[in-house]
Amino acid sequence: MTATPTETTPAAPSPLRRLLPGAPPGGGPRGSTLLRHLAVAVLAGTLVVLVTNQLAPYQNLQVARVCAFLCVTAGHTVLVGLNGQLSLGHGALMATGAYTVALTQRGLDERAVGGWWTLPASLLAAVAVTALGGLVVGLAAARLRGPYLAGVTLAVATLVPAVTTIFTGVFNGEQGLRFPAATPPAALGAYFQPERWLAWIALAAALLTMLLLANLVRSRFGRSLRAVRDDEVAARLAGIPVAGTQVLAFVVSAGCAGLGGGVYAVLTATVAPGKFPLDLSLFLLMAIVIGGLGSLAGAVWGALLLVALQDLPGLLTEHLSLSAGLAQRLEGNLALAVFGLILIVVMLAAPGGLQGGLRAVGARLRGAVRRRPAPGGRSPDR
Amino acid sequence: MQRFWFLTFDGLAAGAVYAAFALALVLIWRAARVVNFAQGAMAVATAYVGYAVASATGSYWLGLAAAVLSGLALGALVERVLMRFAGAGGPLNQVIVALGLVLVIQAVLGMIFGNGYRPAPAPFDTDALTIGGVAALSPYDIWVLGAALTVVALLAVLFTRTPVGLRMRAAAFAPEVSRLLGVSVGRMLTLGWALAAGVGALAGMLVVPTGLGLHSHAMDLVFVVAFTAAVVGGLDSPVGAVVGGLLVGLILSYVTGYLGPDTTPLAVLVLLLAVLLARPGGLFSAARARHV
Repeated sequence: MTATPTETTPAAPSPLRRLLPGAPPGGGPRGSTLLRHLAVAVLAGTLVVLVTNQLAPYQNLQVARVCAFLCVTAGHTVLVGLNGQLSLGHGALMATGAYTVALTQRGLDERAVGGWWTLPASLLAAVAVTALGGLVVGLAAARLRGPYLAGVTLAVATLVPAVTTIFTGVFNGEQGLRFPAATPPAALGAYFQPERWLAWIALAAALLTMLLLANLVRSRFGRSLRAVRDDEVAARLAGIPVAGTQVLAFVVSAGCAGLGGGVYAVLTATVAPGKFPLDLSLFLLMAIVIGGLGSLAGAVWGALLLVALQDLPGLLTEHLSLSAGLAQRLEGNLALAVFGLILIVVMLAAPGGLQGGLRAVGARLRGAVRRRPAPGGRSPDR
Repeated sequence: MQRFWFLTFDGLAAGAVYAAFALALVLIWRAARVVNFAQGAMAVATAYVGYAVASATGSYWLGLAAAVLSGLALGALVERVLMRFAGAGGPLNQVIVALGLVLVIQAVLGMIFGNGYRPAPAPFDTDALTIGGVAALSPYDIWVLGAALTVVALLAVLFTRTPVGLRMRAAAFAPEVSRLLGVSVGRMLTLGWALAAGVGALAGMLVVPTGLGLHSHAMDLVFVVAFTAAVVGGLDSPVGAVVGGLLVGLILSYVTGYLGPDTTPLAVLVLLLAVLLARPGGLFSAARARHV
């Protein structure tokens, strides 16, 4: 949150250099940035696919959940960390995407429309509808600052679940909706693990999101995002449309949240308002802050953290053999208290989060490696 | 018509609590330019303390006193330990720290008291009295209205008639000048947070018996409504917070009564967005000094 995009000295330290758009280590044109990101995405994708082949069904679902959350946290961290708009409503945006997928899938199923393209089409619809929702909130947000925006998005997160009980005919109230599950294609064989297929779907969505966002962040638009965050007046003087940039940032971020929410719904083939409580929105914020605000790598840590938050309590109470009453009280609450505390400490002491800390360690290590040969033979200088 | 009067009285009683809660938000906003997003969670924590004391001693009034005192202490603690250090990194950081505090408080409450609803008995009868054939206020509503309005009046006296109130206002509006004139700005800030949390604790004690019971999330919706009330009145205006609270209480009461309770949350959102888009400074804003 502190790095300035206006730094132009060539000898900028590495964290800054990574923020500098169009100046990768190779110093090549923009095309090479895309290729580099593509290579990383393909590599990461291959690795995860190989790993999922070895995993049990439950572990594959965990991988899938991490990927679904990654779509959301990546978009969220760009909005909060790079554009400075604090949204507490991303849980509600996830719900929007989830319900869109559910309704689209059910609609297609009722009309007996099938085919491999139905799921991508539903997810695309989720992105479109949520982006539209993001446009509405973003238009309001562009006129609001700091606490006002946080308050409005908090209201959205608190109140949107109520919509499902008002229009019970469409959303089926607290019960929620079931919809046809995503079954693996026949080409993969009759005994293909369904959870592995779900993990692949989520992985594809996460990689696509990360690839698009990574390029966006290093583009002209990414620079505008940071400029608007750091100084609105200066950004306007430099010819950047402030309100337009803020609205577009919200739309992009909402689209990512919609995709993540849609994938999240596909994993269980159900949606219900209880899955998207106010807490989810706070957890999302907590995850990106602890991961490192504004960093896509930090969003990966955040997504891992969110799944850990869901799964750790069960493990903990299982292994500690506590009394039933105590276990029930600790369930969920202990992990939440710890992570909440970490959130506060990170915000007060290390605003860079986990990724910021890793970067600092990395920079120090690189510095140490570079310095070590210096006293012996300083051949390159001479 | 009977129904209208009933809803009006009901709305005023609910609005008085929103007004007190909104006032707590405004107090902190004026003093430190922070919206305390942890206000709801802090109020729930003090309500738990209050009802624990009440059930241990058997006296609601001792419990109420304990809740308000623990509110004062909690407010001061939060300011001294957290918010004072969160301000340096920008306004976003303070909001995020407050949200972290929400998570911690709710988790700790869940660990100590369990996740279920606990009964929160009211000190007075909650059945409405009928006056001239019209179902009007219940004795509990009268107590809520009286308590909330008394606190508002006491705060008004504190801020306009006492030296401490003057110092607090000076510290909020011109910190540098007041520091030069010998006002301990930091101490005034702590006092402001303590007062706000104390008022929030009282509002929490008043509102909890009207809901489903004591629960770590009991104040979530109340906080959003109170925030709306504060925004309707303008975050800078204590009078606005009171009027906004009563207004929002009335509107929500009519919406609930005529359109059904399910639509209430949506009405809050529509109201909040409408006010922010039409008149971002609130109904009582004087001049737009902070417009960029």
